[in-house]
Amino acid sequence: MKNLLCNSLFFGVAISIIGYEIGLSLKRKFKWSILNPLLISIIIVIASLLVLKVDYDSYYSGAKYLSYLLTPATVCLAIPLYQQLELLKSNWKAIIAGITAGVITSLTTVLILCFIFHFNHAQYVTLLPKSITTAIGMGISEELGGIVTITVAVIIITGVFGNIIGEFVLRIFVIENKIAKGLALGTASHAIGTVKAMELGEIEGAMSSLAIVVSGLLTVIGASIFCNFL
Amino acid sequence: MKYIRQFGIILVITFVGELLKAFLPLPIPASIYGLLLMLGLLITKIVPLEQVKEAGDFLIEIMPLMFIPAAAGILLSWNTMKEILIPLILITVITTILVMAATGKATELILNLGSAKSKETEDICHEESTM
Repeated sequence: MKNLLCNSLFFGVAISIIGYEIGLSLKRKFKWSILNPLLISIIIVIASLLVLKVDYDSYYSGAKYLSYLLTPATVCLAIPLYQQLELLKSNWKAIIAGITAGVITSLTTVLILCFIFHFNHAQYVTLLPKSITTAIGMGISEELGGIVTITVAVIIITGVFGNIIGEFVLRIFVIENKIAKGLALGTASHAIGTVKAMELGEIEGAMSSLAIVVSGLLTVIGASIFCNFL
Repeated sequence: MKYIRQFGIILVITFVGELLKAFLPLPIPASIYGLLLMLGLLITKIVPLEQVKEAGDFLIEIMPLMFIPAAAGILLSWNTMKEILIPLILITVITTILVMAATGKATELILNLGSAKSKETEDICHEESTM
């Protein structure tokens, strides 16, 4: 049985989709925001791997076809962005200001907290790109001498956390404008936050997609400056 | 056939993104080059929206699924992470909330400044026309 699961090409994809479907139906049934479909599917996949004693590499040999689609899907985020182009043109100042404020907040907060927790330089640069999209974040971490596997893990935890808590944070801080909501989700929690923004609406989704690109590029520059501070 | 064609166009653009990444010495991933390229092609109407819309919407819709494999990969870095787990969680939680609040608030601030200003000019125009 174990051998069968380890050698199956479709087990990885199947368990991921089943996990996500269970997450969706739980969410529909109970409507609590902690029952986030993505979080539930991740827990179900990890639990199944541990219980069935399937190692991650065997799971990934099938599940990598899901990851394979991530690059073309990110390319497609240009479509909602294109559909909101007028909005982007007429509000570009506020958009740039908002994303820049977010990126500076991210780098500064990581600096202060790493200082408080006595993190060393390698641990600090590992966390610097935590709010941006995985592909750019990995590159920055590697370039600056961070621990890339932890960077990836923290980026994903940030995304999932932002996805779960996003609506709540926007409500607490009374952020009501659709452009502001989208940018906040995308700048704080990249593509996984954008999934939430897409649920909120077309404008939010487009702005969140834009924030992934701009905050990613700004962080490349910002991290190369901030890496000298600790 | 329509979907195959649309998916084909998206993959070709993604591939060109990979080429750009290979040739340009910048720390920018293929997906971001591809996104910018797609946006440029849509704006110039070289690729009309109808030629990528359905397949693109489908990919965006199933995007959450694509994060599951990498997220489950936390299993692998668990041993390195658990020594600094508490600070790591605190940093993630605090930063994410603050970045969200700062971005949203800064955007609204500038948006309101802008709309206040345009309202002012409207008022002036209005006064002039009534005078």
